[in-house]
Amino acid sequence: MTDLALEKTAAAAPHRASPALLGIGALLIVAYGVLPLVASEYLFDAILTPFLALALAGLGLNILTGYAGQVSLGSSAFMAVGAYAAYNLALRLPGVPFLVDILLAGLVAAAVGLLFGLPSLRLRGFYLAVSTLAAQFFVQWVFNKVGWFSNNSPSGIVTVPPLSVAGLPLDSSAGRYLFALGVVTAVTLAVWRLVESPTGRALVALRDHETAARVIGIPVLRVKLLAFAVSSFIIGVAGVLWAFAYLRTVEPAGFNLDRSFQILFIVIIGGLASLRGAFLGAALIVVFPLLLSRLGEALLGGLFDSGVLEMSQRIVLGLLIVTFLIAEPAGLAALLDRLWNRAWNWISGRFRRTG
Amino acid sequence: MPAVLSEAFVSPAAGTVPSALAVEALSLSFGGVTALSDISFAVAPGEIRAVIGPNGAGKSSLLNVVSGLYQPDRGRVWLGGHSFAAVPTDRLAKLGVSRTFQNLALFKGLSVLDNVAAGLSHRLRAGLFAQVIGLPAARRERAEGYARAEELLAFLHLDGVRDRPAGTLPYGMQKRVELARALVARPRLLLLDEPMAGMTLTEKRDLSGHIRAARDDLGTTIVLIEHDVGVVMGLSDRIAVLDYGRLIADGTPDQIRNDPVVIDAYLGVAHDLEAGEGI
Ligand SMILES: Nc1ncnc2c1ncn2[C@@H]1O[C@H](COP(=O)(O)OP(=O)(O)O)[C@@H](O)[C@H]1O
Ligand SMILES: [Mg+2]
Repeated sequence: MTDLALEKTAAAAPHRASPALLGIGALLIVAYGVLPLVASEYLFDAILTPFLALALAGLGLNILTGYAGQVSLGSSAFMAVGAYAAYNLALRLPGVPFLVDILLAGLVAAAVGLLFGLPSLRLRGFYLAVSTLAAQFFVQWVFNKVGWFSNNSPSGIVTVPPLSVAGLPLDSSAGRYLFALGVVTAVTLAVWRLVESPTGRALVALRDHETAARVIGIPVLRVKLLAFAVSSFIIGVAGVLWAFAYLRTVEPAGFNLDRSFQILFIVIIGGLASLRGAFLGAALIVVFPLLLSRLGEALLGGLFDSGVLEMSQRIVLGLLIVTFLIAEPAGLAALLDRLWNRAWNWISGRFRRTG
Repeated sequence: MPAVLSEAFVSPAAGTVPSALAVEALSLSFGGVTALSDISFAVAPGEIRAVIGPNGAGKSSLLNVVSGLYQPDRGRVWLGGHSFAAVPTDRLAKLGVSRTFQNLALFKGLSVLDNVAAGLSHRLRAGLFAQVIGLPAARRERAEGYARAEELLAFLHLDGVRDRPAGTLPYGMQKRVELARALVARPRLLLLDEPMAGMTLTEKRDLSGHIRAARDDLGTTIVLIEHDVGVVMGLSDRIAVLDYGRLIADGTPDQIRNDPVVIDAYLGVAHDLEAGEGI
C-alpha cells in the first residue's frame, strides 16, 4: 500500500522536468535578450550586477556548506583573495587576457581555500566554523597591512581597470552586467554538472554520513579538501565580479565579516544544497533593503533616515532567518517548489473537471 | 566451550582453504568496559555466519573492529589473505568487504538510486574535470554504475522508489536500501549489523531470502548479527555466540540450540523475549 503511494509520487516527478527546463530557458532569454534592452542604469548597477556576484558567491558557499556540510564563516575572505588576485594580475601582467586573469584569480582563491580547509580534516561543526573565522580575519588583516596588494595606494582603496574582453569594451552598466551574467552562466553550468556527477554525490554522502562514506571507499579527506577548493574558486570569481563589474574598486573593508554572513544568509534563506536557492537567496538579500527603504519612506517619511533603515534591515533580516530556519529549513527553493506543486495540481484539477 | 572453539578455528595461516574472515585473539576495551575478550574464530568462504548474544555482548564492536572503525587492543584480523592489526577502513571496499550499520547509515539527502550507486565509489577512475566536462570514460563509468545500481534495486524490489530521497522512506525500506548499497559492489564479505531490527515478520522473511540469494547467486560470505533466533537458526550455516565480550560457543545451529551454556546465557532469555514481541 505504501509502495503504491510512493510509486505515484516517483512517477509524478519527471512531469516537472520539462517545465523546469522551459523556466530556465525563459529566464535566460529575459536575462540576455530583454533586460539589456529595457533595464535602466540604476537597475543594472544597484540590483542586477550585485545580485549576480552575490548569487555566485552563494553558489560557491553552497557547495561547501549545503552539499558537503562544512560550515564556513569566511566566505568574503575568498572573495577578497579573488578580487585582489585579479587586480594584481591585471596590473602586473598587462598582456594577459582578463578571462585568464579571472581563471587564475579563482585558482589563487582555491589554493588559499585549500589551506584554510585543512583544519576541516580534524574539526567539525562549531569548531570548524570558528576556524574559518580565522581565514576571515587573517585575510582581511593581510590586505590591510601589506601595501603591495593595493599597489601601495595610501587610502588602501584601488580603482580597477575598466572591463574589456577580447578588445570589446564592457565598461557601460549594461556591459558590466552582461559580463557578470556570462561568467555566472558558465560557472553555474559547471556547478550543475559537478553536483550531478559522482563527485557531487560524494559531497552529499560525506555530509550525511561520513563513516558510511569512508566504508564504501569515498576518499573522505580528498573530497573534503576538494569541496573547499572548488567552493573557494567560485567565491573568488564572485569576488572578481564584485570588484570589477559592480564596485569598480577594491578595498578590504568591502570583504568583512558582514559580507561573509550575508553570503551565509543567502544560502540559508535560499535553500541549502540547491542551486536555485543561491539565486533566490541573493535576489532577496539585494532587493529586500531597497523595498524596505521605499516602504519606510512611504510610511514614515523623513523619520526613516539611513540609521533607522540600517537598524530595521538588521531586525527584519534576523527575523526572516529565524523564520526560515524554523518554518522552512529547506529555504525559498523548497517554498517555491511547494507553491508550484499546489498551483500545478490546481490547474490540472481544473482541466480535468472542465475538459 | 574451548572444544567447540578450537574445532571452528583453523588457524588462517595454516588452513588449506583460506578463510573469508578470521579473527585471532581479539581484545578491546573502553575504559573499564571489556567489549571483546580474546575472541578467535574463522568464517569459511560462502558461509552465512550469525553472531548472536545479549545486548552489550560486543557484537557490534566485533564488526567495527573487522571494518577498522575500532582498533583492537590486541589480536589480528584476517581478510582475504591479508592480516591486519588495524584494518584500514579506507581500503575496506577495495578488499571486497562491505557492511551495514545497526543504526541507519544512509545518505538521507540522496535518492535511493544514488545511495546504491555510491556503493561503487571505490571503483571510480574519472577525475572531477572529466566528470564535469563529460568525457566519454567518465560518462561510461557513471552509466555503468547506475545500471548496476538499478539491477540491485530490482533485486531488492526497490525500483518503485528509486528517485525518492532515502531519508523519506519508511524504516524497513531504508534498511533494504542500505543492504543494496552494500551489495552493489558484489563484495566477497558482507557484514550485517542487525539488518532486520524493527522489521515485521514478513519483511524479515523477505530479507532472509535476499540474504540467502546474495550468498547463492553472488557467492558472498555473510556475517550477520541478528536477535531473532528463529531467523538465525533457519538462515545460518554456523553461529557464534558472544556474552560479555567472550565467545561462549561457535557451531552449527543444532549444536548451538542444544548447548547448555548458550541456553543459560542467551537462548532461555531470548526465547522469552521473542514470545513477547519480535525484538
Ligand atoms: N564507542 C564506544 N565507546 C564506549 N563504549 C563502547 C563503545 N562501543 C561499544 N561500547 C561498549 O562495549 C560493549 C559492547 O557494545 P556493543 O559492541 O555495541 O554490543 P552489542 O552490539 O553486542 O549490543 C558495551 O558495554 C558498550 O557500552
Ligand atoms: Mg549492537
